[in-house]
Order: sequence, then C-alpha cells, then structure tokens
Amino acid sequence: MDWQPLFLSLKLAAVSTFLLIILAAPLAYALALTRFAGKAFLEALINLPMALPPTVLGFYLLVIMGPKGFLGRFWETITGSPLVFTFQGIIMALLIYCLPFAIQPMKAAFEKIDRSMLESAYVLGLSPLATFLRVIIPNSVSGLAAAAILVFIHSIGAFGVLLMVGGSIPGETKVVSIAIYEAVESLAYREAGLMCLVLLPISYSFLLLLNLITRRSRAWN
Amino acid sequence: MELKISVKKRLPSFELDVAFSCSPDKLLVIIGPSGAGKTTIIRMIAGLDKPDEGTITFNGETWIDTKNGIFIPPQKRQLGFVFQDYPLFPHINLQKNIAFAAHDETCVERLMKRFDIWHLRNRKIAMISGGERQRSAICQNLARRPRVLLLDEPFSALDAVTRKTLRKEVKKLKGELCIPIIHVTHDISEATQLGDELLPVVQGRIVPRWILQFRLKDLSFRRRAGIEDIWGQNDTYDDLEVSRI
Repeated sequence: MDWQPLFLSLKLAAVSTFLLIILAAPLAYALALTRFAGKAFLEALINLPMALPPTVLGFYLLVIMGPKGFLGRFWETITGSPLVFTFQGIIMALLIYCLPFAIQPMKAAFEKIDRSMLESAYVLGLSPLATFLRVIIPNSVSGLAAAAILVFIHSIGAFGVLLMVGGSIPGETKVVSIAIYEAVESLAYREAGLMCLVLLPISYSFLLLLNLITRRSRAWN
Repeated sequence: MELKISVKKRLPSFELDVAFSCSPDKLLVIIGPSGAGKTTIIRMIAGLDKPDEGTITFNGETWIDTKNGIFIPPQKRQLGFVFQDYPLFPHINLQKNIAFAAHDETCVERLMKRFDIWHLRNRKIAMISGGERQRSAICQNLARRPRVLLLDEPFSALDAVTRKTLRKEVKKLKGELCIPIIHVTHDISEATQLGDELLPVVQGRIVPRWILQFRLKDLSFRRRAGIEDIWGQNDTYDDLEVSRI
C-alpha cells in the first residue's frame, strides 16, 4: 500500500485545523458577542459551504484561485507561483470548506459565556483582547476542541473540493480520499480496501473523542 | 476624591434623570423598588452603559461628558464593581481569581485572610458557597485598589444569615477604605444599616420622600397584621422588601 496519500491527508488536516482554529476564533467571537450591520448575511455566507455540493464550491474556488481569478493573481504576485494544483491551494480551499465546522462549535461556546463575567473582566482592567485570551478562550476549551476535531475529520474526508482545486498530483495534492477513488477506478480493490480500513479507526476515534468532550462539557454546565 | 454624577438616559418605560455626588468617606446607598434604574446608574458610573446626556467626574477627572464626546472605558477608571451574581472566573482557582487583576500580588494573601477565604485558595469557584463567592468577589475588586467601589445588590442572592454577616463586613470595610462606596439595594433595612446617605430612586428620579412613604405604609401594614413595630431592628426586618408596596 502507498502510504504517501494518507500522510499527505494527515498533514493537510493538521495544518488546516491549526490555521482554522486561529482564524475562526475571532470571527466566532464577533458573531457570538458583538452586534454589527449585516451579521446575518455574513453568517449565512460563512455557512454556505455546508449547503453547497462540494463540487460547486470547488468549481467557484477553482475560478477565483485560478491564474485569472483575483485570489490566484494575488497569490502569484506575492509568491511567484500558481495557487491551484498545489498543497497551499488545497489548504486554502479547505479553510473555506471547513470554516462553518470551526465557527459553529466555537460560536456556541462563546455564547454560553456569562456576559457579567466579561464585564467584570473589563472593570478589572482587561482590554477586549486580554479578555478574549484570558477569559473567553480558557472558558471555551470544549468548544475549541470540538471545532478542532470536526475540522480535522472533515479535512481528512474532503474529496470533491480538493479534486476540483488540487487535482491528483502525487505527493502534492493526491490525498487519501482521492487515492481511494483512483484505486477503485483502476479496479485495485485490495489497495482501496486497505486505505479505507486505515481511515475507519482514525475517524471513529476522533468522533468518539468529540462525544466524550461534549458529554464532559454538559456535565460541567 | 468626590464622585459627581449628572446623567439622563431613556429606558424602555421611563427616563432616568439623576444628579448626585458621593464623597470618599461616605457609603451612599441607592435604594428603590426593582426596575427603578438603580443598576443602570452604577453601570454608567462603571462605564458599562452610556448615558444619553450628562457628565460623570471623579476627583476632577472626566469619565463621561456627552457634550464633548468624552468616554473613558471601564478599564481605565480603576474602580471595583461587585455584581449581583458574583461572576468569578471558573477556570482558575480562588487565589488566582483574587490575584487576577491585583495591583500588588502581596496583598492577595492578606485580603483573603481578612475575608476568611484563605483556606479555600486552591478551590475552583464551583466548589465554594454563595457567601464565600461574594466575599471573594469583594476581595478580587479590593485587590485592584479601586478608587471607587460599586456594589450592585451584592447580598440579594444570599440567605439571611450570610447576608447579615456580609453586611457587617461591608460596614467594617467602609471604615477602612477612604473611597466613595455606592451600594445598590432594594432592601430598606440593609440601606439604613449600611448607608451614610440614602438616595431613593423611583422610576428614574430621586424621590426623597419615598423612604418616609415606605415606612408609613409598612407601619400601617404591620399594625393591621398585629406585628410589633421593629423599625430599625434590622435582624428581623430582613425579609421585608420594598417590592411589597
């Protein structure tokens, strides 16, 4: 069995999870605890990847990340290399595809925080940023963990979006889900079966962990 | 070190319009029925709410001046605010809670011993009682060396015995601190026991005769019910609250 697609998937999931937790936390904070014009529109836009077929999302991402798309041209100006059909390209696609899975649990956790606790922090002299880091984040650990697990398992399982934006370049964009599809296409069922067998316990154990965290969080509340 | 307040704010059912001051050696009690605007007043002093119109100054420092667009955020006012529901931080132990915004960490142990919570220092907030939490909340605010102390119905969620003990603590504290202290309550016996000055607020206005009216109604109620007049004997007066009239 070729282990490279599996390692690439794990690497992709780890990088996208790390980046998304950092990027989504302030956004979830804004959605949960602040008021601004157009909030409902922004929230619907963020959740759009959950409603769209992955191939549709992948198509639009291919257009905007391609050599003629604004994101593709911007990337090329900065780095000198194209964005589509690269590892960086599929990370960017995953960040958009998995954003709702990061935002939802975090937003729910931030909404549960007692407002008077935040006001108490302000009166005690903490800036909004310090309050976020010293009060909100430590009291939302279960929400952050749930977000990380959901993003990780969705990143490992992503297929349509990655195929559209990254294609199947070995060592670069050929992740395990695409490798399984190609193995089945070429009637290599044993190879495909082995890869599925490896994926199954990984996904199951992460879901089990998610359940344990949710139950523990309920017990605390 | 005088705190001067003159504010107006449109609330859902009336307009809050009050002007008063509090000097450093005084404990001012804002008393009135529920929904009179008492909490809104001290939230504006803390910077957690903004008035529509008015000024708040402390020791010559302007905290709010709506005409000149001045608003000093709560972080920069260096005051203490003890909330009704004592929102301590559940992710850290009690000692870390007290030291959370302490001006000087050496005062933490002294304060915790003074308020008899030192033995609970390693406990998480969920593991201590309501009275201990409220003492901790007062301690947490004092550790910051506040220039003004605001107490928003701090004993309302406590049982009568704990409430009585904490009232004594606050009374003692008043003698030790030389800062303006504003205490909000709807409990008239608490107000008369603690306050140097009473500020009756009804429907957003200062109504000085309200206390007298309350006393007269209370006396008449007690006479009709055949209850001895115990005005001023605070221990047995605890359960009678302003909202009854």
